[in-house]
Amino acid sequence: MADDQFYREYILDHYRNPRNFGRLEKPDISHEEYNPLCGDLVGMDFRIEDGVIADVRFHGRGCAISQASASLMTERLKGMPLEEARKISKEDVLEELGIEISPARLKCALLSLKVLKVGAYGLANVDEEEFE
Amino acid sequence: MSTSRSSQAPPVLDVEAVRKDFPIFETGVAYLDSANTAQRPRQVVQAVEEYFTTYNANILRAAYALSETATARFEAAREKVRAFLNATSSREVVFTRGTTEGINLVAYAWGRQYVQPGDLLVCTVMEHHSNLVPWQILAAERGARLEFVDIDDQGRLRQDQFQRLLEQGPRLVAFTQVSNTLGTITPYREMTAAAKAAGATVLIDGAQGAPHLGFDVQEVGCDFYAFSGHKLCGPTGIGVLWGRRELLESMPPFLSGGEMIKAVFLDHTDYADLPHKFEAGTQAIAEAIGLGAAIDYLNGIGFEAIRAHEAEITGYAYEALSEIEGLRIFGPPPGPDRLGVLSFDLEGVHPHDVATILDRHGVCVRSGHNCTMPLLQRLDVPATTRASSYLYTTRDEIDRLVAALHEVKRIFAR
Repeated sequence: MADDQFYREYILDHYRNPRNFGRLEKPDISHEEYNPLCGDLVGMDFRIEDGVIADVRFHGRGCAISQASASLMTERLKGMPLEEARKISKEDVLEELGIEISPARLKCALLSLKVLKVGAYGLANVDEEEFE
Repeated sequence: MSTSRSSQAPPVLDVEAVRKDFPIFETGVAYLDSANTAQRPRQVVQAVEEYFTTYNANILRAAYALSETATARFEAAREKVRAFLNATSSREVVFTRGTTEGINLVAYAWGRQYVQPGDLLVCTVMEHHSNLVPWQILAAERGARLEFVDIDDQGRLRQDQFQRLLEQGPRLVAFTQVSNTLGTITPYREMTAAAKAAGATVLIDGAQGAPHLGFDVQEVGCDFYAFSGHKLCGPTGIGVLWGRRELLESMPPFLSGGEMIKAVFLDHTDYADLPHKFEAGTQAIAEAIGLGAAIDYLNGIGFEAIRAHEAEITGYAYEALSEIEGLRIFGPPPGPDRLGVLSFDLEGVHPHDVATILDRHGVCVRSGHNCTMPLLQRLDVPATTRASSYLYTTRDEIDRLVAALHEVKRIFAR
């Protein structure tokens, strides 16, 4: 695969111009996760209304894959019932990214999913292997 | 180590001949991650294979010829390490799994014996986590104080600050011979002399230094020196802790069980003499023999020749990288106090993305925090890309790195 296909235009676009970037003033849910391998950080704030994600913002720093993945995630989540958001899988995230992710970069791609799952469920109820 | 002959021109290393000893280069990869782990020459692989195929047996505890051969070769490897470090006795050479275990051994066995509440332990901000976390744990456990020497703008240790800390009479001074992120060679001889004069026990982390500079424990005069086999063309899972004999004698064991005993009774145990007191359990026999072969191999080429080659490559790489717009190299400029570890930041591109694209061009580099998170916090960057060289590194590999970095820039500039 050529580099241009891996770092596709829309990935770089989400990296440079992240959607829903920033903080919410009084979030109902707020959670951050680090990727200990590289120090990447993704955090998300959620405002929940009647079980629906009324608003979401993310903040963080890191590689194009982790940040673009988080940006794409927020677009998907806005207006989604929390119950439905909880069902988002690793495969869903990778499919949306639309690129082949090497094992070494999987944690980067799935960092935002971990933030969502741990934020929405609490750490005790989340299977760590889901993000590896 | 041979004595230095700085007045003469250094011996020349034939890098193409050296590369023929390393089968991995037949894959065509540009390997610029030797600070992480070095490649292994055939000579080391053969020594390990020879053990497994012709005299495989456990050491020190069986009365048959195979075991005696294995014991003799294992102890011969220890003697090679002794000579490499110019130690007075091979009893001072303790085999470990690597630098991390060596430092943990000192933190546990020496630290719990000698460190009292209120004592000062001095470390530096450029340490690898393995020469930092054990001291944090020890300090918390013993109620000791842990202070860090900062770096200056070029990535050298602040000697003024070090002197002020020495004035407070630290119990321990622990620092690295070479920074694995900045490439800085610390003034370890001078720092050791000053720390000893201040009454401190001195531990030097030789993980990055030993493979490139060697080490003479008598000349430097420190108390402990730890290094790893795998960064020195040897196998993984083997390392060395050298310690001053009287200190090692006075310390309790670290790990306990088989092999580290003289006699065991239900109510007490008499420990084995040095170095076996610190070598509990079946040892990494093949790996120790492989380490001995690696030392032979490097001695055969000569550390002066290795150092001269690396200085040439480092100068070339530093200049080539400096010409890339938006690229910032951390650490001192090429010179006598710098090794070929080049950590850099490419403006607007995260190191993981850099490394991913370089990998697609067959160029191996490290990306991340290099196990030096406090140092990166000090430098105010979340991660770096790190290209590091060794005796087999060529200008061609540097050229491939530079070409791939231009590709990174092209992709991220779209």
